[in-house]
Amino acid sequence: MFDPFYPFDWLATQIVTNILGLSLKSHLGSSLHFFLYDVPKILTLVLVISFIVGTLQTFIQPEKVRYLLRGKRTIFGNILAAMLGIITPFCSCSAVPLFIGFLEAGIPLGVTFSYLISAPMVNEVAIILLLGLFGFKVMIMYISFGVILAIIAGYIIGLLKLEKWVEPFVWQLQKNHQKLSENNEFEEISLTWKDRFQQGWYQSSEIIKSVWLYVVIGIAIGAGIHGYVPTNLVVKWAGANNPFAVPIVVMIGVPLYANIAGVMPITEALVNKGMPIGTVLAFTMAVTALSLPEMVILKKVLSPKLLTVFITIVTLGIFGIGYLFNALII
Amino acid sequence: MIKLEVLGTGCKKCQQLEANAKEAVASLNLEAQVLHITDPMEIAQRGVMSTPALIINGKIVSKGQVITSEKIQALLQG
Repeated sequence: MFDPFYPFDWLATQIVTNILGLSLKSHLGSSLHFFLYDVPKILTLVLVISFIVGTLQTFIQPEKVRYLLRGKRTIFGNILAAMLGIITPFCSCSAVPLFIGFLEAGIPLGVTFSYLISAPMVNEVAIILLLGLFGFKVMIMYISFGVILAIIAGYIIGLLKLEKWVEPFVWQLQKNHQKLSENNEFEEISLTWKDRFQQGWYQSSEIIKSVWLYVVIGIAIGAGIHGYVPTNLVVKWAGANNPFAVPIVVMIGVPLYANIAGVMPITEALVNKGMPIGTVLAFTMAVTALSLPEMVILKKVLSPKLLTVFITIVTLGIFGIGYLFNALII
Repeated sequence: MIKLEVLGTGCKKCQQLEANAKEAVASLNLEAQVLHITDPMEIAQRGVMSTPALIINGKIVSKGQVITSEKIQALLQG
């Protein structure tokens, strides 16, 4: 099969074998090859994909999503919200304005949560790394199960009728909003292609700037594991037979928000040594969907009880996905 | 006096937009006030959902992106 990363592989092999004179089977040789192959590959992927995604995302503003979700009732609303979460840009810093903006327009709480779960989970950095490190199939599995989790978790939150646990001022805003004229609802700011490319470029250079060091360090650690850590050690501790592996990686994942780019290459090395893919999916979802900074920000609009319900449902969902995959793949 | 408001919850992009806005004002030698609004309630009340956003004299001119100083200059003149 055609491998677009073949040139990187070839170059890494040449450097290790011809220039350094090491065998690819030696500890040092295989570690170095892993490092020299992964660093340029991942950085190129991040640069190219985040540019494309950043450019395309200028077409989809949250105002448009809100417009599309208005008047949608439960399950259909949940499905639509989770799907829209895939394609819209999301930054944890705009979680609160977005949350208020949705509720203000009369979008049900459960539907709002479906969006709030899916938008950060299906983010470009996680997707790019899954594609680059584990391939297309794993990436698609991650996106589909992320969306299913967002639909179900949002639906359950909707059924529980927890509106009373949202801070009262949000509902006050909703009342004020309804008094405002309705035609001011959805006004798009026109952009030229130059603006869009500029935005895409800005986004991609910002992402590269913020992740490159983590990527390099992460891959260096992964390379060390790849060359030196024996397989049976990994299978014993992180393998499918250890029932605690999934909850443990989820706990580790939550505070790692910004460092996902550094941690994923380490998991790649662990997977090569026998850690099952369900554990990786659970880990990645924990890092993206349950990020600590986002929780801190959401606390401004949610009561601690609602925040706890949200975290519990999402965590259980992630455990479920992890176990399900580990069971299916074996 | 012209009033520019940068809406953002304090993330990096928002700070960049504020810097660009200040630069634009400085290079046009305008009498203008650049405010940075970080309170999420305040942001929501203005009907903005994607930060950072820029408001010039009460009109939302950009949302969810960092626009360049040149673009802001054009908006200020236009």
